[in-house]
Order: sequence, then structure tokens, then C-alpha cells
Amino acid sequence: MNRLLIAVLLITASMSYPFEIVIDRGVDTLAPIAIVPFRIYENAVDITPIVNSDLSSSGQFRPIDEANLLSLPSTSDEVVYHDWRVLGTDFVVVGSVFVDGLGLLVAEFEVIDVNQERVLRTAQVKGNVEDPRSLAHHVSDEVFRAMTGIPGAFSTRVAYVLVENRTQVDERHTLMIADFDGERETPILISDQPILSPAWSADGKQLAYVSFEAGSSAVHIKNLETGQSRVLANFEGINSAPAFSPDGAHIAMVLSRDGNPDIYTIEVASNVIRRITNHRAIDTEPVWELNGENLLFTSDRGGSPQIYRVNVDSLRVSRLTYEGTYNARPRVMPDNSHFIFVHRSGAGFHIAWRDLAGNRAARILSSNVLDESPSVAPNGVMMMYSTKSNRKGILSIVSVSGEVEYKLTSSTGDVIEPAWSPYLPLTTTFVER
Amino acid sequence: MVALLAANYNLRRALGELKYGETYMSHLKNGAWIALLLVCGLLTACASQTGCGTPEEEPVVVDERPAAPEPAPVPEPEVEAVPDFMELPDGTLVAIDSDGSVIRSVFSFEFDESEIGSADFRVLQQHATRLNRNRDQSVAIDGHCDERGTREYNLALGERRAMAVQDFLLANGVRPSQMSARSFGEERPVDTGSDEAAWAKNRRVELKYE
Repeated sequence: MNRLLIAVLLITASMSYPFEIVIDRGVDTLAPIAIVPFRIYENAVDITPIVNSDLSSSGQFRPIDEANLLSLPSTSDEVVYHDWRVLGTDFVVVGSVFVDGLGLLVAEFEVIDVNQERVLRTAQVKGNVEDPRSLAHHVSDEVFRAMTGIPGAFSTRVAYVLVENRTQVDERHTLMIADFDGERETPILISDQPILSPAWSADGKQLAYVSFEAGSSAVHIKNLETGQSRVLANFEGINSAPAFSPDGAHIAMVLSRDGNPDIYTIEVASNVIRRITNHRAIDTEPVWELNGENLLFTSDRGGSPQIYRVNVDSLRVSRLTYEGTYNARPRVMPDNSHFIFVHRSGAGFHIAWRDLAGNRAARILSSNVLDESPSVAPNGVMMMYSTKSNRKGILSIVSVSGEVEYKLTSSTGDVIEPAWSPYLPLTTTFVER
Repeated sequence: MVALLAANYNLRRALGELKYGETYMSHLKNGAWIALLLVCGLLTACASQTGCGTPEEEPVVVDERPAAPEPAPVPEPEVEAVPDFMELPDGTLVAIDSDGSVIRSVFSFEFDESEIGSADFRVLQQHATRLNRNRDQSVAIDGHCDERGTREYNLALGERRAMAVQDFLLANGVRPSQMSARSFGEERPVDTGSDEAAWAKNRRVELKYE
């Protein structure tokens, strides 16, 4: 996402947001909030636009346009509640940014509940002066938590593949990692062969992926701290769809070395391989439930691709989806009671959501024609998927509640295969006061 | 007997009676291996000889060298015989027909299907015939999908398509060691469009001679 499209419909005041808001269906249902521009002291950098963008991307809130604010307080003492009630604001965020005596960049902020006339949180986030963006995302995380009780996931990152010059002689595939909003894009691997299925370890320190550098598919693991990578599986046939177990000890993947694609696990430390499914149909796209006891996977053993669950100890298989002729690529939600997946309906392929217990019908979350590769944020509030728009592969972020949709595009090629990171170690520190 | 069989084979081939994909072994119903070797040697010699394939000439050749299956050095050909493969200007190796035209090496599939179309049988048999005649020639069988559906499922589906073609060639006498089935899923489209025409082009198996 070298240059993200900049076109903001919902928030017109600030033009530096990386998102283009594509759909703002049901905006009326979003809680109106005010992120008052932070007071910026000497040598400090304004982080308010990033906080504003983060919170609106969550699909929970609608930040009020700065031009419509009646006053610009920077502390709770300066807040006149009447002003904010007139605007219909549920929450007000005020604050300041300064450089402290140790040379650290500090954002001090308060989250105020207008209806209760109460300060919900007073806190500071400190970080490197060179890195105001990380500071801003961390502030957003804490503001989000104060308002919803759910941790924010704005400091997380996303892995994806950028495909440039597809079908040309200079075709190029780049495995990238960027902030969840597409900023600070960093290449991890560049290849003239396809790269697929990036998958994070639960601690965020390793990335598994499929590459075709050897001429056909192979599963690699890259240590993001040391930069070293190794081949985990390169057997005859397909080696693909890696998924780290929650404890990081195993990787589930697809191998067709024994005749056709089945699910296997590999113990990372010993490379010991264990076969999990054994069926002449296609079994693929395994993903772990959070307890590490079951895998969800796609299989066409019933005649069409559907989602199944297998217990890794008993190897007992049960079917989870029945609606329609194509349900695939499941991803388990952090609550471990729902999953999202690709669902074909008459109009095309969409991302759908349903409960693991099978008590409720599936709900469609996306509205394009060629939606695939869903990936959910670690807080379960937002999800990202890839789709196609004007012949280009783009990423779309949508709140799981479905209200707001953003798209991330690249001017140089197709963006595919997003994988949302888990919570990552932060370089900034949070101090509640 | 060997000479007669060889002559008969060449005659029938020339007359177009032999189906493509019919192997030497299937034709030599009771033929011994030594006979097959002799035929091979003879045909190798034939490949660069004018007039080869006429039944009158060949018995003479074999009669002269009954104990020597290795072909003798042959004179410069007056007319070039048609080879089984040809290198295109861009370096790709293709199978060619007896009239020198390139034999189609791309085979199409329906959505989420891996069944070979009946119209492709004859063409695949032509490939099998050439691979059977050239045992040191290997071929990559690359399976592809359209962009619809998930990438990993398509990777598996592409392999299933490639395996369907590999199984067909195997059943037509091609040796496993000559073939390698691969899948690129939906990652190598020939048409990046998102319509039925583009999808139909992208759902395919390609034979690539290496």
C-alpha cells in the first residue's frame, strides 16, 4: 500500500487519513464522539488525526467534524458539558502532546463520558519522539478501551502480499507487513513467484507463508526478530495453508505428498509430522480453535466445499456449514464461539459469520462480488478481507458489526491475502493516572 | 516378423489408420522385447530417411543387419522428416503434429471441476504418443483455477486438475518418471479480467515440455 487512496467521506476535516471510507451504511447507529484536537506543545507532533482515523475505522464511533466543535478544551476542567450535549456527543477525548524532561514524546489524555459527566480515564502514553505514529495508535487503543471495555487493536499490524505486474515478465510478489491502516509498509520477502497464506504465530514473532520459489508450493517460517527463515515443508505435491497452534508448538498445514490434499500438523521444534485427516477429497485451510484442541478446515468431501471441524486427538470430524454450495477458509473469532468464512451466494463470494455451536444462521458481512481471505483483529471488533475493485485486488476493513467499511489499495498492484497480527509488544508505555 | 510388423505399423500410420496414443506394445500383440527394440532402432533410422514407411524398403534394411539393432550411420536426408517436438523462437518446447503444426497443450475445465472434456481426449493422446516415442522427454503438468473461491482451495483444485491429466497420460502409456504434476491455484491467470470469458481461460491445465 505504497500510496493509500485518500478520500474521506465521514470525516472531511482532516485529509491525512490513510483510509478511503467506501460504505458508511448505518452511520446513524454509530456513537458520536469528539476527539478534540490535542494541544501541541513545543517540539511535539500532532497525533489527533491518527487517533481520529483509528477510532472511526473501528466501526463503533463517529467522530464529529472538528469544524462543528463549539469549544476546544484540552483538559477535563475546560469541558463545558452543555456544549457537548448540544452536539449529541456520547464521549469527548481531550489531551495534549509534549516532550518531557527525558526527551520522550508524551500524550496526556482524558476520556469523558458526557451523559454521566464523568472522566472515565486519565492517562499518559510515552514513546520515542521519532515515532509519533506508534504513540497515536497506543492512545487510540486506550481511548477505545475506556469507551467500550474492549482493548483497541490499533497498534496491531497486518501481513499481506502485493502482486505487481501480474502476467507480465516482470511480475513481482512481495510479502509485506504494515500497520493495520496500511501505513509503514515493510517488505519481508520479494519473489518473482507467488506468495500465499501468511500466518502469524500467537506471539507475533514468526510468520509462516507459502512460496513457489522452488517451482512449486513450499511452507516457510520467518523469524521476524532475526530475519532468518527456513523451509518447514517442501514435499512432493502441495505444501500450503500453514496455521500456528495457539501455543506455537505446532503448525497445521496441507500436504498432498500421500496422494491428495489432507491436513497435517508439524511440531515446530522436532519437525515431527502427524496426519490429521485422511480422505480422498480436498481437505485444506486448517485453522486452530483458541483452545488448541480442534481445527476448522475446508473439505469438499460432501460434494462441495464446506467447513468441518476435527479434534486433533480423537481425529473425529464433524461438519459445521450446510448453507449453500461454497463455504471455505474459516477463521475463528477471538471469543472462540464464532467464525468467519467465505460464503458463495447467488451474487458472488462474500465474508460470512456464524456461531460454532450452529445455533444461528450465517450472517453476511461483506457486499462485494469476489470477497476472500478473511482475517480478524485480535479484539474481534474488526476484520479485514481481500476483494476486487476495478480489476484490482484491494483490502477491505469492516467492523464485525458491519457498520463501516474502509478499503486499502495500492497504486502499483494487487493487494491480497491479509493476515491480521495478534497483539504485538509495544514500544510505547502506558501510565494510568 | 519384426520387419513386417514395423512395415505394417508405418504403413498404417501413413494411412492414418492407427489411432494416436496406440503404443508399439499394444500394436505388437505377441511381440517380444527384442522385437520392440528392433522396431525402435528401425524407426530411429527411418526418422531421417527419405521414403521410409513404404513397406517394400524396410525388410531389406532389417535383413542386412539381423543381429545389430543399433542403427547404422545413415545418409543425409533428402527431405526433412517431421519431429515430435519443436522449439519456438521464445525457447519453449512444443509438441507438433505430422503436418508441423503445434498440438494444443492447454485444456479447459468447468468451475470447481476436474473432469477432462471428451474433446480433449484425442489431443492428450497425441501428447501421450509423442512422450511414448521419446522416453527421455519429460513434461510438467500445471493446474490452474479462476479467481473465484478461496486461494488455498484453488491450490488443491489445481492439483486435482493436473492429476486428472497425469492419470490420463499414464493410462495412455506415459511413464510416471516423465511427468510432474504441479498446481499454481489461481495465482497464474492468463487473463486478469473478472468475467466469464476470463475465468474460462484461467481454468486450465497446461502441458509444459522441459
